[in-house]
Amino acid sequence: MRSRTVFNAMMAGVGLAGLMLMAPMTGAAAQEGKVGGTLKLLANAAAGTIDPHINYTLQYFQINYVLYDGLVTFRKTGDKTGFEVVADLAESLPKPEDGGKKYVFKLRKGIKFADGSDLTTADVVASFQRMFKISGPTTGTLYNGIVGADKCLKTPATCTLEGGVGADEAASTVTFNLVAPDPDFLQKISIPHAAILPAEAPLKDSGTVPIPGTGPYMIASYDPNSLLKMVRNPHFKEWSKEAQPAGYPDEIDYGFGLSDEAAVTAVENGQADWMFDPPPADRLAELGTKYAKQVSVHPLTAMWYAPMNTNLAPFNDIRVRQAVNYAIDRAAIVKLFGGSNLAQPSCQILPPDFPSYAPYCPFTASPGEKWSAPDLEKAKALVAASGTAGQEVTIITEDTEVSKSIGVYLQDVLNGLGYKTSVKPISQNIQFTYIQNTNNKVQISISQWFQDYPAPSDFLQVLFSCASFTPGSDASVNISGFCDKSIDQKMVEAQTATIADPAKGAQLWTGVDKAVTDAAPVAVLFTPKRVDLISPRLKNFVFSPQFYWIMSQSWVE
Amino acid sequence: MDNSSGGQALVRSRRGAEGPWRTAWRKLRADHAAIMAFGVLVLITAASLAAPLYARHVALTDPFATNLNGEIVMDGQTRQVLEPSTEGLGLGFTPLGPTWDFGPYMLGADNQGRDVAARLLYGGRNSLLIAGAAALICLGLATVLGVVSGFFGGLVDTLLSRILDVLWAFPIFLLAISLSIVLITQSINIGPIEIRSGSLWLPIFIIGIVYVPYVARPIRGHVLSLMQAEFVTAAIGIGASPWRILLYDILPNVITRVIVFVPLILALNMMTESSLSFLSIGVQPPDASWGTIIQDGQGLLYSRPIVALAPGLAIVICVLALNILGDGVRDALDPKSSIRVA
Repeated sequence: MRSRTVFNAMMAGVGLAGLMLMAPMTGAAAQEGKVGGTLKLLANAAAGTIDPHINYTLQYFQINYVLYDGLVTFRKTGDKTGFEVVADLAESLPKPEDGGKKYVFKLRKGIKFADGSDLTTADVVASFQRMFKISGPTTGTLYNGIVGADKCLKTPATCTLEGGVGADEAASTVTFNLVAPDPDFLQKISIPHAAILPAEAPLKDSGTVPIPGTGPYMIASYDPNSLLKMVRNPHFKEWSKEAQPAGYPDEIDYGFGLSDEAAVTAVENGQADWMFDPPPADRLAELGTKYAKQVSVHPLTAMWYAPMNTNLAPFNDIRVRQAVNYAIDRAAIVKLFGGSNLAQPSCQILPPDFPSYAPYCPFTASPGEKWSAPDLEKAKALVAASGTAGQEVTIITEDTEVSKSIGVYLQDVLNGLGYKTSVKPISQNIQFTYIQNTNNKVQISISQWFQDYPAPSDFLQVLFSCASFTPGSDASVNISGFCDKSIDQKMVEAQTATIADPAKGAQLWTGVDKAVTDAAPVAVLFTPKRVDLISPRLKNFVFSPQFYWIMSQSWVE
Repeated sequence: MDNSSGGQALVRSRRGAEGPWRTAWRKLRADHAAIMAFGVLVLITAASLAAPLYARHVALTDPFATNLNGEIVMDGQTRQVLEPSTEGLGLGFTPLGPTWDFGPYMLGADNQGRDVAARLLYGGRNSLLIAGAAALICLGLATVLGVVSGFFGGLVDTLLSRILDVLWAFPIFLLAISLSIVLITQSINIGPIEIRSGSLWLPIFIIGIVYVPYVARPIRGHVLSLMQAEFVTAAIGIGASPWRILLYDILPNVITRVIVFVPLILALNMMTESSLSFLSIGVQPPDASWGTIIQDGQGLLYSRPIVALAPGLAIVICVLALNILGDGVRDALDPKSSIRVA
């Protein structure tokens, strides 16, 4: 057993930071852009724990992709091939065996963690066990198909995944056995929740203590109130440019605490290179004209939506949920996000240009493929039929400008339907976990969902299956608590069909999308576009549909 | 000796002598700054009370309803209340700016398309109402506690003083924020009384409580000094009952000091209410107060600074006027006092 602890890893990292700054870069990156310098990123607030097996935010997914690796990953390119899965720590993509229930990965040789220890098959097995032992947020939804996962979900502390994940150290292979064929398995293990960590990683949320990874960068320090500092991983050598290319900057500083307004000014002035949060609405016109060259707009496979608690009044009545969907003026909400060049009204769960997407909008004045206008009369009739008018409703929003504005608008809509509505903004840091926990009795909230992997199951199964609802847990992404056994069965059928006949599978997923949309556990508001504001000195801004900005591939002048 | 002329002079002098209230009123009237401040406050209060009239007949809008798709005709041209950017990349919307006409959107729109001027007046109503009601609660409670504590002394004094000490030990805003976070999102049931979440009574209650020690302690001290005064000793000497002493000798002397506190506590309450509302834990949307309007304007500081500046200016003017008035009242009623809260 290796004598490696997280503390040692940190110390090793800190001690080597100076050397790393001077170390020449290896790989293709050194041949193209400018190597060196410090990339300065800004965010309104930190996104909580930096444990890659736990953090479930876009903000930290984006950095975890340059800190950690999985057996496989998505291709790091700036076009649609960015949705393709490629081998990462594995030598090659395995072919499914045993009818799609078995995958054998052969590990690459010579890869080291940031603390200098070698990557072994034991680390892979331990990492998958750890995901369950620490009750990772997606273990019940993405990884519950691994043999032994059911036991691990019941008693996480004793999880072994026996029969599910096994290693052959001599052959340097790791074998995964699934309960049933899963067409999305490789995509599911491509996200940071399946990152391979040292076997000695703590069996609890590491919080602010970094865990060594295998990516081109490592975390040197993390203070959620001020700064997350990433420096070069001294042991990184590029093994696959398409999976994990070497980075250009020597250091990446992620600062927290500036307001959105201040962050925009800082990036405009070149005091920072990029900001995570969307620019505030009152700066968009300025950015689109005066700083247009520093702005990059990309469509996202994502949605802004209002989850409604299907187990709490008044939203435990489908008529109320449908009424909310009918009453919302999505064109008006799009204005709050910055207008039609930055968002498109939507009624359905799957976003445009996503696998199995077929335009569908039942909640509009003229039901059909697209949303046209709200239907207030129908909404009021549904509320009247439900007999719930007059009840108190609280909307939980993030304390960001856009989220609060949408909350106030929604309050107006609900008041118009006869409810006594209040809005409660909560810090962006904790709102996502707060609204997931049933103990907080959240009735309705404003949230966003960005794809983890490009398959319909990531929206439909992850957000709306019975398995993804865990009462009393902060990691229950089925925020609505929606559980419909018949729709669950349709999901299983779609998943099974995809393996044998992808076209038929896609068609079934389209049906699931419509079924969930009709049941209205949420009110989908719009499909957003991403506005990236970059500094004049930042070059080679590569936007991947999967990772968004691939920060390691930009350089500063 | 003939004392009749001297006796008549004494009677005349007594008849013509001013009472303490009349003297105070004369002094206050002579203080032009205080009178001007009072006038400003009356003006702001009257304007705020007229908010519904302004919204209905001038702004022609519901200041609590979002108006994202609203339009307005200006100079014969129809303009959207939220104007889309048409240049460059065509990103974003900018709320209508001030028209400076006595009509709709005189001070422009906020990011929900609502009339800022109408909300400012409604906000003034709530800010003044909360400040006033909280001041009544604060001064009422503080007077009772201070007088009881100072008058009865002993165990009662010890107990009440320690409670006030504990309350005083908390930083005011930390205490107010803590109470707000706990109370503002849920209804409170006290017997038959139910205070619903979002009710204005919550900030009134919270603000009214947190400043009690600041008033009660000086009042207690004043009562203690009054208890040593000759006229109280004389009253005790002639066998007056404790209640008679309390009602006829102590309270009349305490009340002037309480009145001195009124404008100062009002100013403090107004600032506290604005701060809490700015932090989303005071007045709850869609209701408005000057604090919530500043918060609304925070996201428009760059393109429409008037949204935040207007309520900010209103708070500054009110607090300044209250402080000037407070100084005048103190000089008139209690010139020896050194009370300065704000």
